[in-house]
Amino acid sequence: MKGNIKFIQGNEACVEGALYAGLNFFAGYPITPSSEIAENLALRLPQLGGKFIQMEDEIASICAIIGASLTGSKVMTATSGPGFSLMQEGIGYAVMAEIPCVIVSVMRGGPSTGLPTAGGQGDVMQARWGTHGDHAIIAMTASNHQDVFKMTVEAFNLAETYRTPVILLLDEVIGHMRERLELPEPDDIPVVQRLRTSVPGGVDYHPYLPREDGRLPMSDFGSVHRYNITGLYHDMWGFPTSNPEIVHGLIRHLVDKIENNVDDIVHYKEFYLNDADIVLISYGSSARSALHVVESLRPRGIRLGMLELQTLWPFPSDIVKHKCKNARHIVVVEMNVGQVVQSVKQAVGAPDRVVLANRIDGMFISDRDIKNILRVIQGKGV
Amino acid sequence: MAIKNYIRERFFPHMWCAGCGHGTVLNGMLRAIESLGFSKNEIVMVSGIGCSSRISGYVDFHTLHTLHGRALAFATGVKLSLPELNVIVPMGDGDALSIGGNHFIHAARRNIDMTALVMNNRIYGMTGGQYSPLSGYGIMATTAPYTNIDHDFDVVEMATAAGATFVARTTTYHVRQIKDIIRQAILHEGFSVVEILSQCPTYFGRKNKLGSAVDMMAAMKEITTPIGSKAKKENPDLIERGIFVQKELPVYSSEYDKIIERAQAEK
Repeated sequence: MKGNIKFIQGNEACVEGALYAGLNFFAGYPITPSSEIAENLALRLPQLGGKFIQMEDEIASICAIIGASLTGSKVMTATSGPGFSLMQEGIGYAVMAEIPCVIVSVMRGGPSTGLPTAGGQGDVMQARWGTHGDHAIIAMTASNHQDVFKMTVEAFNLAETYRTPVILLLDEVIGHMRERLELPEPDDIPVVQRLRTSVPGGVDYHPYLPREDGRLPMSDFGSVHRYNITGLYHDMWGFPTSNPEIVHGLIRHLVDKIENNVDDIVHYKEFYLNDADIVLISYGSSARSALHVVESLRPRGIRLGMLELQTLWPFPSDIVKHKCKNARHIVVVEMNVGQVVQSVKQAVGAPDRVVLANRIDGMFISDRDIKNILRVIQGKGV
Repeated sequence: MAIKNYIRERFFPHMWCAGCGHGTVLNGMLRAIESLGFSKNEIVMVSGIGCSSRISGYVDFHTLHTLHGRALAFATGVKLSLPELNVIVPMGDGDALSIGGNHFIHAARRNIDMTALVMNNRIYGMTGGQYSPLSGYGIMATTAPYTNIDHDFDVVEMATAAGATFVARTTTYHVRQIKDIIRQAILHEGFSVVEILSQCPTYFGRKNKLGSAVDMMAAMKEITTPIGSKAKKENPDLIERGIFVQKELPVYSSEYDKIIERAQAEK
């Protein structure tokens, strides 16, 4: 079907995925290189009866989507590094209050205002630890537009399944690059709907009492159950408490519901790993260069393989360890001073096998950048 | 429905200090809601952080206790997503107008149909008596041990300038007026701001030697006067009470409905 083929930006592929997943409320604030997401949704959402609002800043944007999620909407915001910093307060609130929402950060270069129009992957650790206090988080990424679509849908599915904010880490190269996207038919990809309580009105409903399967059914604001939502430690009705037993139970629940379901949450792709003695590990736009290197050097007899991470948090330590067990060398390819490489070193348990191939000047990481590192590993000099 | 049906009785007695004005605001607000006969399921109360914001825990509505200063931003999401809900947003002076000042002016500008209550006791009570942007010049506070040199601003003028379509002021001394004004604010279609001067005998009163809670309430009677009164003409320093702004302008949600119609017509 020709109408299902589009040649669009990664940011637009994200919009398509979000609408496929049922997005009906978006709040955001303009920032390069994510603004096309807001612009497209300002156009598309009202056509579908959904709501778009441009807020006064990123703090207000994340707060508005949390409020909208509580009325039953599927919600998203999109930003980049500086705005992502401002959203950390609200992300922590959504973690604590267990509100499903999706936060897209289209990463750019550097701390502070940095390089607004250049690529970078510097927000991996901000996604993990940007908000204060102990918590677990889910962060997804993608290296091409078909996967941007899929991972956006998956971000919404995971947000609903685990009642949690999910971060989608795209980057400037992916966000602005134009590429083919084949729109899946409805039902090609499963979409997780909001799980609502079956408890009737007049019966005590506990917004924070997990079912046997661990999921917490919700009740929309405006429906028959009245309860409290707070960023304070709270009991199963949502009311503040400092009871040590309840506090301990809640923080364990918030961490365990994600860390105990790594197998369900983790997505990755592998290329030529069966015989690889050098494994490249990469994600996002960097994975495109890494795969290109693998496919150009394999015909020359170099046994290269690649593991592309699509879930960065919770970190897929077991997968990385297993996939790299026969590798002599592991090269982490990323556009920062080394963020994922730290987790890879921990996962494989032999840090001297792991090296970093990176680029931190705002330019897209090239074949040559990676090949230079491979030459060093192979003892061929620089 | 009796007032007690609107509260979560198990959390009483409340956590506010003896003599605090916030309980009076709770009382007046609930009487206003009772007089309107709303179902409890139609009301969402969104609050931020501070003494004032604990008010949401005591009422049996859909309650959302959020982040310091952000109540109006959360409330904007709730209201735009489900416009049939009645959204009431009680805030303190620091919450609404210091850390939340930006959200305040933009919520007013958009004319989102909700009721913002500013419980103004001119101090940060929860954290122990630091000066707020509404403390005013010459006030003593734990962070102004040599007197405050920050100037305050007038909440009514600020809300009016930002575009609020209903703006009013009263005090905890004038409890019947609290009920009457909040009732009208809730009925008003558009962004309503009600400033309620409230007393904090524990910090503001003690630091500034203003006497007991009763003394502070008596002072509110003395320093305020109805809008346009003869007393105001004779003494311009008096603070006016009453409804300053009440005008009809299209609300945000209905304007957005027109956007949806236009988008669907052009599709």
